[in-house]
Amino acid sequence: MLSYIALNGSLGTGFKETSLERGVAHGAAFIGADSGSTDGGPYYLGSGAWIWSDRAYERDLGLGLAAAHRLGVPLIIGTCGGGGGDAAVDGYAAMVDRLATEHGFAVRVACVQSEVDRRLLVDKYRSGKLRPLPGAPALDEATLQLPGHVVAMAGAEPIQDALALGADVVLLGRCADAAIFAAIPLAEGYDPGPVWNAAKIVECGSAAAENRKGQDSMLCTFDDDGFVLEPLDPDLRCTPNSVAAHTLYETADPYRLTMPSGTLDARTATYEALDERRVRVRGGTFAPSDAYTAKLEGAAPVGYLSSFWGSVRDPVILRQLPSWCASLREQIGARLSATWGEDYHLDLKVYGANGTTGEATEAVPREAVIVFDLVGATQEDASGMARAAYHVGLHWPVPEWRAGSITTFAHPYSAPVVDRGQVYRFTLNHAMVIDDADERRAVFRTTVHELGRR
Amino acid sequence: MTDVSRYCTLVRSKDAGPFMLTLDFFFVDAAAREALVPFLSPERIGELYGVDAASVEVYELRDINALKISFPRRVVSGDLGDTDITGGQQYALVVEMIEGLDLP
Repeated sequence: MLSYIALNGSLGTGFKETSLERGVAHGAAFIGADSGSTDGGPYYLGSGAWIWSDRAYERDLGLGLAAAHRLGVPLIIGTCGGGGGDAAVDGYAAMVDRLATEHGFAVRVACVQSEVDRRLLVDKYRSGKLRPLPGAPALDEATLQLPGHVVAMAGAEPIQDALALGADVVLLGRCADAAIFAAIPLAEGYDPGPVWNAAKIVECGSAAAENRKGQDSMLCTFDDDGFVLEPLDPDLRCTPNSVAAHTLYETADPYRLTMPSGTLDARTATYEALDERRVRVRGGTFAPSDAYTAKLEGAAPVGYLSSFWGSVRDPVILRQLPSWCASLREQIGARLSATWGEDYHLDLKVYGANGTTGEATEAVPREAVIVFDLVGATQEDASGMARAAYHVGLHWPVPEWRAGSITTFAHPYSAPVVDRGQVYRFTLNHAMVIDDADERRAVFRTTVHELGRR
Repeated sequence: MTDVSRYCTLVRSKDAGPFMLTLDFFFVDAAAREALVPFLSPERIGELYGVDAASVEVYELRDINALKISFPRRVVSGDLGDTDITGGQQYALVVEMIEGLDLP
């Protein structure tokens, strides 16, 4: 039998201390948490900024670290910072050092960093070893050389390598969420089908439980008959329906999960209530792939953004909003070109009319907010252009109001333009073929650090 | 005019990675699923969301009376011109379509 604890679905979003306590009392072979996400767009990978705050991460990490230390088992954290860049792994190691020192114990920390050498990318591209995944953008050598960050997503193997070095804590750059929870059960010889199916479900913490109010921890226990899921908050319960329903969440294919070493097919999985709050899962198969691959993610800067927004309530403007916006856009373009040339991007999004979906619609809203976005080569350019556009928009004429000047939108802030810093674009959605274990270790570079109280 | 909540206990949308959007439908029961599934074909969804029907994947999960539909995003998440980074409100179009159906 082998149990493990998933702290929550995103390190730094919290869990109940009492839930983790229940998990520790039960016993576990390791504790894991995913810290990554592409939900928030390319900013986090592109900039290296972390999604949540240092205090939020330290709270979850400190509790997880202390619990793993008490149990004498590994703590595995995937996709440090959110984007999984190399610097975030170093930053998490510094946090672990501080926290372990505070708690008064020493830890051996393995850092697995996987920003990819651009020369390797070009070699792989030339030898046809970068395979496009569904929806992938077009790729060329220039794209591979863009600034920003490119990361390779670790599967279970780099985690197993790190644990073989005697690590108490494994901190990974970009890592498949499920790999965090599959590495040890696979190494212990459990059937890869159920192992990957379990890992795919628990990587969101207690999200597979019913009526969840917030993030919390989940216990997963393997035996010879599959695995059992149990939310660690006694007020939460897993049902066959809640678990099966969770398998749909934020995945394009509800059954298949492709990992570096093969693909899970969960179509044969069955979900059975063990009691009111525990579910036993059986089945699922894992088919090894011919080639070992690592998914690549890349984000590159596209410029600096400045924005402002204005709310329109005048029914006369609203009933001609699309044409009014089109003429305004043209006028802003003329105004900007006269001073800044053509090196900019202007976007008007009309939330309240069709901004959310971008659909064509004849419907006249009762109120609408126009978001004006200006992207330029520098923040100074973007900000200057946004301020110029603001002035054009604020007094853009309405044909019916013909006797004099008009003010066309409301906004709540003095100094309406917000400078939003650099913006980024996802550049890659490809699988890179890795030739052998040596190359895998060169891509997923592992270093060991003795941290905390020495 | 159809009240969508008479047929579905949940309709939602979300990014499935930055390049794909996915719609989930949880139906009240098998009859509700069978009534709506014909209106949720790749052709219909492709037209509604402005994507090629050939790129629309439909997965029917009969055991739990659910349906999943996935297709490439109109704009890659967070790219210039994107209006919904997480894809969280994109289900609105299909709800509106369902509510406009003349169902019993």
